[in-house]
Amino acid sequence: MRHFAIELEELKTKLLQMGGMVEAALHRSVRAVVDRDADLAKKVKEGEAAINTMEMEIDELVTKLLVLQQPVARDLRFLTSVLKINTDLERMGDLANGLAKRAQSLMNYPPLKLNIDLNHMSSLVESMLLKSLDAFLREDAYLAQQVLLSDDEVDAIRGAAYGEIIAHMQSNPADVRAGVELIFVVRNLERIGDHATNMAEGVIYMAKGVDVRHNSKTLV
Amino acid sequence: MQPKVSSMSSPSFPTKMHIEPHSSGAANTPTSKEAKMRAANLNFFYGSFQALYDIDLEIQANRITALIGPSGCGKSTFLRTLNRINETIRGTRYTGEVLLDGVDVKSQDVTALRRRVGMVFQKSNPFPKTIFDNIAYGPKVNGMTSKQDLEVTVEKSLRRAALWEEVKDKLQKPASALSGGQQQRLCIARAMAVDPEVLLLDEPCSALDPIATLKIEELLFSIKDQTTIVIVTHNMQQAARVADNTGFFMLGKLVEFDRTEMIFRNPSKKETEDYVTGRFG
Repeated sequence: MRHFAIELEELKTKLLQMGGMVEAALHRSVRAVVDRDADLAKKVKEGEAAINTMEMEIDELVTKLLVLQQPVARDLRFLTSVLKINTDLERMGDLANGLAKRAQSLMNYPPLKLNIDLNHMSSLVESMLLKSLDAFLREDAYLAQQVLLSDDEVDAIRGAAYGEIIAHMQSNPADVRAGVELIFVVRNLERIGDHATNMAEGVIYMAKGVDVRHNSKTLV
Repeated sequence: MQPKVSSMSSPSFPTKMHIEPHSSGAANTPTSKEAKMRAANLNFFYGSFQALYDIDLEIQANRITALIGPSGCGKSTFLRTLNRINETIRGTRYTGEVLLDGVDVKSQDVTALRRRVGMVFQKSNPFPKTIFDNIAYGPKVNGMTSKQDLEVTVEKSLRRAALWEEVKDKLQKPASALSGGQQQRLCIARAMAVDPEVLLLDEPCSALDPIATLKIEELLFSIKDQTTIVIVTHNMQQAARVADNTGFFMLGKLVEFDRTEMIFRNPSKKETEDYVTGRFG
């Protein structure tokens, strides 16, 4: 195998490692919110620095390969996609960290009795991240396409949840603080879904050379 | 053959833009450029060896067309069919057509053809004459006798080749005294002195350092408004930098011909991708 091909494989592995770290942070932060688990929230916050370091290492590696190898065609598409996916993963790490902070805040208030299925929303978002990473690993545009289709469902859940929380706060002013925290939880989850969507778009560009951003009509 | 992109393998994704020479509005597409030269069903033979197979390729006017491919793929052979210089090799023949402004080059006077379709080779080959006489040679052969006209032509040609400032005080010095890069630019100036409509370049920078290469590339940009350029190069970065359209040859066949940006960003054919990314072979 050519030296450049080995370096590309190493980069791919590194990005997948980072994906694994973000996946773990997301899962823990969601559990911290749902299960009111302070230890898990603490672990997420402790793990953020490692994700940030990884982001910088990946950026550095991509820049090095761009400069030294002057890649073209699929190698170039791979590297530009890695740069973007790397940024999305780091942002997801930040949002997971934000979820952990909200989990800690929410523990100061009694649980709200709301008809919001956070478990369903979070498993959808976690599944989007997992599929995006799988699609990246296998350079599978069709799997990536499924992620794009999931985003609408996440957006719909967020919209319904906002309505539910706001209505609850209007009739229970004492719960406003907890309600606002919960709005941020829902928002962070939805934003993580958006970043998973960006990642999937990056995978489609990498695999097919087609830019589907802002143009979902190009998909079947 | 127009630069175009074949369909993607999957119907689920949009096909890339089909490039038409007269299309307008879309970014980075060749616009309103006529075909200056065209090869149609071109097959070329060295004796019993077939070097080119059914080549269909259109050279757009006032564009730079790069031909890339591994050694022995036929790109230089193709280049040399454009001004019939292959005919200087015994035992060569071809079938199909090569057209210049729609007229078969076979039907044209070969001297007149080569005046219209000039050529610069890999190794610079200045005549063993002064710098001035190297440039004045072509115009003189074509009947220019006035000293003043020749001086004007020499200066104009050297300026177009971005060489004037470097040699204006030593026009009567031997051309062999120039550096390799200067000699190659002198050869381009010499070719340009007879105002060719098409300029063929066969690996013009392969022996030059990056600075001299940059000067040649800038020169190509500056003359393409007046001249149609076809360049054979092994240097893919050079093709990517200078060419509007790029053709990839392999084993005597034109595998893919498209806008340069597409060849290097998202080629349609696996063979092209393997070659430009260095996975070939």
